Parts: sequence; C-alpha cells; structure tokens
Amino acid sequence: MKTGNRVKRVKEKKQKITLSLIWKDLKRYKWLYLCFALPVVLWYAIFHYIPLYGIQIAFRDYKLTKGIWGSPFVGFENFLKFFQSIYFGRLIQNTLKISLLSLVIGFPVPIIFALLLNEVRNKPFQRTIQTITYLPHFISTVVICGLLVNFSAKDGLFNIIMEFFGHQRSDLLMSNAAFLPIYLASNVWTSFGWDSIIYFSALAGVDQEQYEAAYVDGAGRFKRMLHITLPGIMPVIVIQLILKIGGLMSVGSEKILLLYSPITYETADVISTFVYRKGMLDYDYSYSTAVELFNSVINIALLVMANKLSRKVNETSLW
Amino acid sequence: MNFYKRTVSDYVFSILNGILMIFLAVITLYPFLYVLFASLSDPVEFMTYKGILLRPLSITWESYKSVLNNPNILTGYRNTLFIVVVGTAINVVLTSMGAYFLSRKGPLLKKPIMLLILLTMFINGGMIPNYLLVQQMGMYNSLWSLIWPGAISTYNMVIMRTAFQSIPDSLEESARIDGANDWVILFKLILPLSLPTMAVIGLYYAVGHWNSWFKANLYLADRKLFPLQLILRNIVVNSEVDDMTVGIGTGQSYAMSFTIKYATVIVATVPILLVYPFIQKYFVKGVMIGSLKE
Repeated sequence: MKTGNRVKRVKEKKQKITLSLIWKDLKRYKWLYLCFALPVVLWYAIFHYIPLYGIQIAFRDYKLTKGIWGSPFVGFENFLKFFQSIYFGRLIQNTLKISLLSLVIGFPVPIIFALLLNEVRNKPFQRTIQTITYLPHFISTVVICGLLVNFSAKDGLFNIIMEFFGHQRSDLLMSNAAFLPIYLASNVWTSFGWDSIIYFSALAGVDQEQYEAAYVDGAGRFKRMLHITLPGIMPVIVIQLILKIGGLMSVGSEKILLLYSPITYETADVISTFVYRKGMLDYDYSYSTAVELFNSVINIALLVMANKLSRKVNETSLW
Repeated sequence: MNFYKRTVSDYVFSILNGILMIFLAVITLYPFLYVLFASLSDPVEFMTYKGILLRPLSITWESYKSVLNNPNILTGYRNTLFIVVVGTAINVVLTSMGAYFLSRKGPLLKKPIMLLILLTMFINGGMIPNYLLVQQMGMYNSLWSLIWPGAISTYNMVIMRTAFQSIPDSLEESARIDGANDWVILFKLILPLSLPTMAVIGLYYAVGHWNSWFKANLYLADRKLFPLQLILRNIVVNSEVDDMTVGIGTGQSYAMSFTIKYATVIVATVPILLVYPFIQKYFVKGVMIGSLKE
C-alpha cells in the first residue's frame, strides 16, 4: 500500500502546488510534521529568525528602556558613523591584512603537508604523524592562547629560544611587530594537520593507472606529484579556496580577544573585536550591530562572487 | 608500490621527507610536553631555569595541590560536565529529529523548510541581537544560555540527513508494513543503522561544549556558573592566581604563579587528551562525510 503511495507522490510533485494540496499533505504527514518538523522549525524561528529580525536595531538608536520598536528609527546613521570613524580605515586594513596573510600562509601548508605525507610509504609511521598533527585541533582556544601568552612573556619559552639566537628579551604580545607573526604562526600550528585531512582523503581517489603511465613515460616522483597528484585534488582545493575567500573579511574574534591589548590594537584590532567592544563593553548596541551587519553583507557578497568565479574557471562550485 | 623502481634520489627524498615529518610531530607535541614538565617542576627552580625543558626539574606536586584546592576549578568542572552531558543530549535529539524530517521523501513542505534552514548558514543576527534574545528569554546568567541557542548545528544536521538518506528505502517500507510509526522507524531502524555518524556528531557537539568559552563570557555573570574554560581564561590568560597562592611567601608565590598556570592547563586538558586517541578516527570520518558534496 505504501509503495502505491510513493508512486502517487512522484506524480504529485509535477502537479501545481495548491493550498488544498498542502492541507492534504499536512493531514497525511500529521505526526511527522507535529513531532519532528515543528520543534525544529520552532527552534530555528526562535534562535535564528528572531535575531535576524532584531538586526533592525542597526537602523535604530536602541535604548534598553524603550525596546526595539520604541527606539527611534535613524536610518543609516550608525553605518555613516562607522564609515566616518577614525577606526574605520584601521579596522578594514587590519582585518584584510590578517585574513589575507592567513590565507597566503595558511592555505598552502595543509596541501603541501598532505602531498608529502602521502609520499610516506611506512603506514604505521604515517598514521602516527597524522594522530599527532591532528591533536592541536582538539585543544581549546583558551588553552592555546594561554600557552601563547605565557610563552611570549619575558620569562617564557619563546623568549628563552629568542635569547638563544641573540635577541633581547621582551614581552612579545605587547609589541605590534611581534603580534601578527605569533598569531599567524599559531594558527598554522593548530590547523595544518586537521586541514590536511580533506586533501589527504582526496589523494586516495587519484587514479593509480595515471601514475604508472607517467612513470613509464619517465616522470620522476616530483613530476608525478606536480602533474598528476595536484591536478587530481584540484576540485577539492578550489572548493576550500572558495570557502576561504568567502570569509576574507571575517577574522574570528575569540583568539584575538584573548591575545590583544590596547597597546596592540594598532595591528590586532579587527572588525569582530571592535563589534565585541562596542557592544559588550560600551553597550552601544545599535552601532555594534550596524558594524557587524556591514561586515556580513560584505562576506556574503564575497562568497557569491567567489562561487561565480570558480564556476566559470573550474566548473566547480558550492551551489 | 613494487611497480616503481627506486632510485637514489628516491631514497634521499624519502629520508628528508621522514625527517621533516618527525620535525613537524616534535613541533606539535613539544609545547604540551613543556607544559607538563613545567607543571611538575619545582616553582623556584623553574623560574630561574633558562633553557628548554626536557624533563621536570625535581618533581613536585605542589602546583597541582594548589590547583585542585581551588574551589573555582571544581565548580568549573561541574558546570562544564553539566553543559557537556545535557547539552550534547539535547543537541543529538534535536538534530536527529530535524535530520529525520529532512530525509523523508514525501512531505511537500520539506523543501521550503530545508531552504529556510540552509539560509541560516549564511546569514545570522549577530552578537547583540542574539544577546538581547537570550536576555528576553530569561536565560541570561543561566547555564541554559549555553545549551539552547546552539542546540542545532545546521552543518551537523545536513551530515546526519545524508547518512539517513543512505539507508535503503526498502527497509523502511517493510517496517511500515509491519505497522511501525515514525518514532519506531527513527529509533529502531535508522539510528542503529547510522550509529557511526551519530557517534561522530555527538562527539563534535561534546568537544565543542567542552572547549567553548565565548558564549559563557557573553551570557554569564555569576562566577559560580562559569564553565572550566572561562575559569581557565581568568587564571592562565588574565593571570588571576592570587587566591591560589594565599599563605605562601611573596617570592615563593610569584614563582608558583607560573607552575600553577601550567598545572591548571594540564588539569583542564587531560580529559580531552585521554579520550583523543580513541575518538580521533571518528572525527576524521566526520570530515570525510562532511566534505561529500550532494
């Protein structure tokens, strides 16, 4: 009987969807909708769509006592305030600089690591290296930043090593010059192993016959890597790159909040940390939300653009 | 592998590659070993020592005693345990309910609902609108504020849905003929068959809860409610160690502030390190499932 239903359903899909059809559908799947869909839909409505609705405080002068609707509508005033603020240039510059450097430094490392790890012939050794290099991914941001803070202090491990190479001891996280290298290097350190998984698994799918053919044609190990392995995993690389480009204007706040200080705002303050300070420390809710909204609009635009570009160039896309 | 003849340059490459891999492993592991050695070292000796630690400097448990006597650490552990257990349970139940609905073939409203859910992956209200919501719902300064707002991760739900869809329809149809309803099908058929995926998702959520601190920082005001990571931040990042060095001489207490921080890191990280070797392979599997494009 149910198989019969299924056949009918397929036919229904081609029909025009009318209200009565929806009503029939609701009645037929009453329990499915009530027990499974409803709680989940409710959850999304409350925890995603109400905050989306709350974004309108970006266009208002939000006062706690007046609530969202009672607060006066001010249009784009909060956005203009941000564009004209003396911090605007610095925030955009820092955000772009940090994320571009993260991309340039952090993106190739897991790919190269996966390629080299793939060349390791001893399987137990390979698995051991994998297990070890994935580990930092599971350590909390607080622990990693705690280590960075303590290692960078005057008596810390970094300074002990620096001194060995003839440098003067100094509080590294208090210096604008040292902040970025520490931030970037620690990012690579925590993620290169984990990020390589996706490339490593893609490597397994590269056609073995191609290698053999190339070998017969006289291609050495390096040439095989360059001309067969790399093109073989290119679609995966492109997808990962799109994702990264989509996030080009978003630098996470968590790590920077734990590492920076007013002295290093000059290089370390990014849009997300500014949003946090304005909102949670200065209680300027509308302004903070406006800045964040501006940021997410740019992010969505970047993602759409990157996706279009890759569809043209590579015929690979996210959607 | 036997197909290729190995040349001298092959061997040189293999050796250099192996050395590089070992170097990477050492660089990854050493900071943790350093923390372990430092936490076990004699505080004063450690402070005056100028070099790379390769073993603890005369083993002492002093620092660990101070850490474990700190009531904040204990309440932190308790709060985190509550969040991990209750939070993950709610995560898994809600996520599998959603995934079950979205994996059905029949319902007409499935597509529009799916679209509305996927949309939230790209746009979200942001920090302040979420904060205001938590306040208005009366969850501010309650552990529930760390559980409900993140109860479903859309990404995880999509992974689970893919797993549910891969179960053959014929199994479900024969169960229906035997009179099974949706609950029976989900719990007796689909969940047991997708147990590996469920384990992966559950672990993702659990480790996420264990490691998270930012939401707690936003939504909690009462120190008694702070999860471990927030306590850890106060001690290790903000150097609030005074209440752990009470009753110790000034010079000694200054020295101890270093080893105490490292001991705290160990105390807070050991559970993850203990389960890591066992859960690692599930996580790797999760990455593979997630990377499959539909």
